Amino acid sequence: MSTIKTQTPGPEDNPVAPDAPMPTGLDHGLRGLIRENLFKDTKNSILTIVFGVILGYVLYRASIFVFFNEKVTPDGGVRNSWDIISSQLIRYMVGTQFDGTDIGYPMLWGAIYTIAFTLGFASGRLPGDTSPPMTTRTKLGIIAPPVLAMAVILSFTETITPTLLVIGLAVPFFVGQRIPAILPESVLHRRTLILTGLVLLAFLLETGFNPGNVDNFGGLLLTVNVAFISIAACFPLGVILALTRRSSFPLLRPVAVLYIELIRGVPLITLLFMGEFALRFFFPSTFEPPASVIRAIIMFTLFSAAYVAEIVRGGLQSVPGGQTEAGQAVGLSPVTITRKIVLPQALRNSIPALVGQFIALLKDTTLLIIISQFDLLGVSDPILASPEFQNQGYAPEVYAFVAFIFWVMCFSMSRASQRLETKLGVGTR
Amino acid sequence: MSTTAPIPPLRSQENPPFYRDVRVIRWIGQIAVLAVVVAVAAYLYNNIRTNLQAAGLPTGFEFLDGKFGSAIPGLDDAADESVLGAFWLGYLNTVRVILVGIPGCTIIGILIGIARLSNNVAVRTFGTLYVETFRNVPALVWIFIAHFGITLGSLPQITEAPTPLDAFVVSNRGIGIPWLNPDASGLMFVAFIGLGLLAAVLMAAYRGSVNAKTGQPARGGLYGIGAFLVVVAIGNFIAGNALALDPAMIDGRQVGGGLTVIPNYASLTVALTLYTASHVAEIVRGAIQAIHKGQTEAANAVALSTFQRYRFVILPQAFRIMIPPLANQYLNITKNSSLAVAVGYIEITAIFGRATNNAAPAIQTVVVLMGLYLTFSLGISLIANFFNNRLALETR
Repeated sequence: MSTIKTQTPGPEDNPVAPDAPMPTGLDHGLRGLIRENLFKDTKNSILTIVFGVILGYVLYRASIFVFFNEKVTPDGGVRNSWDIISSQLIRYMVGTQFDGTDIGYPMLWGAIYTIAFTLGFASGRLPGDTSPPMTTRTKLGIIAPPVLAMAVILSFTETITPTLLVIGLAVPFFVGQRIPAILPESVLHRRTLILTGLVLLAFLLETGFNPGNVDNFGGLLLTVNVAFISIAACFPLGVILALTRRSSFPLLRPVAVLYIELIRGVPLITLLFMGEFALRFFFPSTFEPPASVIRAIIMFTLFSAAYVAEIVRGGLQSVPGGQTEAGQAVGLSPVTITRKIVLPQALRNSIPALVGQFIALLKDTTLLIIISQFDLLGVSDPILASPEFQNQGYAPEVYAFVAFIFWVMCFSMSRASQRLETKLGVGTR
Repeated sequence: MSTTAPIPPLRSQENPPFYRDVRVIRWIGQIAVLAVVVAVAAYLYNNIRTNLQAAGLPTGFEFLDGKFGSAIPGLDDAADESVLGAFWLGYLNTVRVILVGIPGCTIIGILIGIARLSNNVAVRTFGTLYVETFRNVPALVWIFIAHFGITLGSLPQITEAPTPLDAFVVSNRGIGIPWLNPDASGLMFVAFIGLGLLAAVLMAAYRGSVNAKTGQPARGGLYGIGAFLVVVAIGNFIAGNALALDPAMIDGRQVGGGLTVIPNYASLTVALTLYTASHVAEIVRGAIQAIHKGQTEAANAVALSTFQRYRFVILPQAFRIMIPPLANQYLNITKNSSLAVAVGYIEITAIFGRATNNAAPAIQTVVVLMGLYLTFSLGISLIANFFNNRLALETR
């Protein structure tokens, strides 16, 4: 096992705190470490005790909330508070509209298996890759949050089938990881195309080959779909806007500037309201507007594109002018210079901010509740209002569950971006 | 070297045809794209006009003077207000959120940001836990947890609300705290506050001159607050307790007297402040880490305490780096205040929603809304630029 540390200095690596044991007269080893870090002097000891008590109390309350949480039912019985999640898990995962008999859960599982294969294919080592392999610690850091989330969700299931299906996901993943090593070079050149095709296939599978079915989605399924469709659509739009804003086209620049500044000036909610209530005014009365969810996706895309454009513009500005000039010197066309020289560097520099924006977009999908869509957060509303759980104080459990799922998704995304940054050498080249 | 064939000229003498001239192509391309954009915009605008007329909706801004026609909880006789008046009330409510939210998220964010860089493992863990928990969960989920989980879920009903000291009320209809009643004390109230402020400014100036003369620490803020309190207390004594606090009490099924914090406002503001603070903390941490290590070492070399090091060496320099991203976060908290719609707190966006429900034309209402949010973003940019210029490194 290689001992090369490939992780970026994470938030927990602290330049002020002395990492190395100091050559003092203190004991070394664990005792010295504790003394140095926790009880160096009186002030430090007081801080340790105060924050230790706070942390301990939070931990204590959290574990009571998670493990010993019971409520009295209206008929006088006692039941575990988390029953609300286990009895409504299907609604949290796919919503109330998703028709298991028509499109079918088999298709949905097919889509999930395709995604697992795609992830394996994307993360597999290419034949010519000489970068040091990931340390076990890095690997653990990447897979631990999603595995934890799946374990939590599966702990709410009432049959064994979903657990077996989830464990089975390992098969397509590892098969996918081995694929790049055996594919011929000519096919690997088209890797991006293959990945795109696989993702599209997964999307078609889950919608039963009718994209309009997104309207029937709910719960986590809706949240994930809206987020990823919007991310995929806003990225190219944002890049085009950024290029236009930075271009030497005096007629087009103001259009891009106007668009970006207008969109960035208003809250997302108002755009969603526009999509919900005012969009029909923009089209002839004969025009049949698309479903509510599709309009929301359009609005998320238009909104996020403006922010992506500003991030990419920053990335473009960070590419030295000499790069363009070098391209011109070897006689490349302006399009080739942008595509092959400037954009790759600009996008690499924008990765941290871009991922931050995509995480923000994922979090913003909760606004679907405002236009009465039952996404992961919104589906809690009808559940809390159902006679079985009404007015019995189930809100903390329900929202804690939702918060946990969001936390895992966002945390994993930010960790994956840190890994990508290291791999592409952001800030080191 | 025997052949002396004429070298062909590198460039042909005549100009290329105009349709292959790159400048011409560029202009034609731009005009073509712009024409498409304008055509689409004109098409949409035309559709809006026809549709609005077909639906019998006004195409101008006259509707702003019409009646709002919808009740606003917490704001009396809002139904009789004009649409413009209702927007103004909503505007004030948005201001109430950001007036508490911006200072709050800054203070908490700076404290947590410093905590994440502490030498002490317990403090550092607390900071990391705070940041990773708050920023990875959507703001709206926090607002729901605060509102339905804590405020409405845990606070007592109004009928059984405790009233500590007969001056406070803690209930899920609102939290009442004793507050000055400017109506009862009238002019006297304003006069005392004014005199107190004047005394505070004078005291701070005096301490500044003492500092310049003797080198004693000025502590202008501390002395200023002291002067203010003394003046107000003496004035209050002379005028026979004119500034008596107005206690909060239960008034039927409402909280009356004093200052009432309504639950939706409390949940929204607290959740947004804590959420934004986690982003501010990351900005603060980044800015502090960007300060050269030599600055810390220099501060240690002249034996400054940790507090003095941050107050006089690190933070002033970090602020210079922090201002642009901080201004961005302030804009975010302003725009996120629109999430109030979800918990029924009436601010600009909620007014917008109700107005459109009451048949105000959606397009024009959005324009008004954009204009109102524009005042916030312009105001925040203006203040940020002011501080940016003041703190900018003076280079020659």
